[in-house]
Amino acid sequence: MNCPECDATINIPDDASVGEIVSCPDCGADFEIAKKDGSNVELKQAESVGEDWGE
Amino acid sequence: MSKVCIVFDRLRAEEKMLQKEASDLGHDAVLLDAKITQINTDSKKENFDLGDVVLERCVSYFRGLHFTASLEFLDVPVLNKFEVANVCGNKMFMTLLLKKHSIPTPKTYFSFSSESAAENLEKVGFPLVIKPVIGSWGRGVMPLKDRDTMEAIFEIRDITDSPHDRIYYLQELIKRPPRDIRIITIGDQAIAAMYRKSSGGFKTNIALGADPELCKITKEMEDMAIKASKAMGGGILGIDMMEDDEKGLVIHEVNNTVEFKGLARVAQRNIPQEMVKFALDYVRK
Repeated sequence: MNCPECDATINIPDDASVGEIVSCPDCGADFEIAKKDGSNVELKQAESVGEDWGE
Repeated sequence: MSKVCIVFDRLRAEEKMLQKEASDLGHDAVLLDAKITQINTDSKKENFDLGDVVLERCVSYFRGLHFTASLEFLDVPVLNKFEVANVCGNKMFMTLLLKKHSIPTPKTYFSFSSESAAENLEKVGFPLVIKPVIGSWGRGVMPLKDRDTMEAIFEIRDITDSPHDRIYYLQELIKRPPRDIRIITIGDQAIAAMYRKSSGGFKTNIALGADPELCKITKEMEDMAIKASKAMGGGILGIDMMEDDEKGLVIHEVNNTVEFKGLARVAQRNIPQEMVKFALDYVRK
């Protein structure tokens, strides 16, 4: 599918799950897989790293 | 057959490893995205697919902590427990508990305004390490080596003025080899350990590029790690130690939602499998 930011092609692995993060190889933007039904994939903007992120 | 629910907000390799191990052990595993889950004061656990036990794995500390509070409200067993997550997520609370339980930990100074922290630093002497009480991956951890650095850092804190920036947590700079030790404890067992070698600076966080190397767990390390785990309230934890040139091992941090992707590749024991087994045993007791 195409990057919502720069329109480059993002390859979604077959075994990717909802909630996983994929990155655009061209512009580097991160997206979260919001829905996945076979080859139909819906992406949403991934959250940026928060101050409280981490272990 | 039992069911494990893995709560996440960003699905990482660790959560997928936990799911796989649960399945390989013959149990059901369900992933639940905290970001899209809605809970209210009339909610019942039957309204959700939470399985027999929940492993709370949110990368956001506050999201995970508050989600855990919701789960405990629903009487759902969750690891780690709210009280453990609450204490481990705040460096000051964690340090106070370590010291209260006579566990060797670096000397730490607490002040509650920039003026008071500056006064204390002048009295104690440079350097001290400033750490945000909330936060991970080494962010905001800085050695204050002189007055100029201190004034610059404190001024930025006064300008940004986030609530936790008003809490000044200043720690002695430990003289040690350029590495620290991460031990994963599950219940009363030390499961695996690694050295985290600095990639140049004084920080040893894997998230900042430190090199992990398998570490043999000595009896002293194990005893200290288990004691620290018990002090926090138990569960699944990441215990961080430094090797002080004079005082020996000191524990500087206990982590609540432990990351184990790198260590799992080289550890002799199956870390995610041990976590799943512990979670299921925990709910059977």
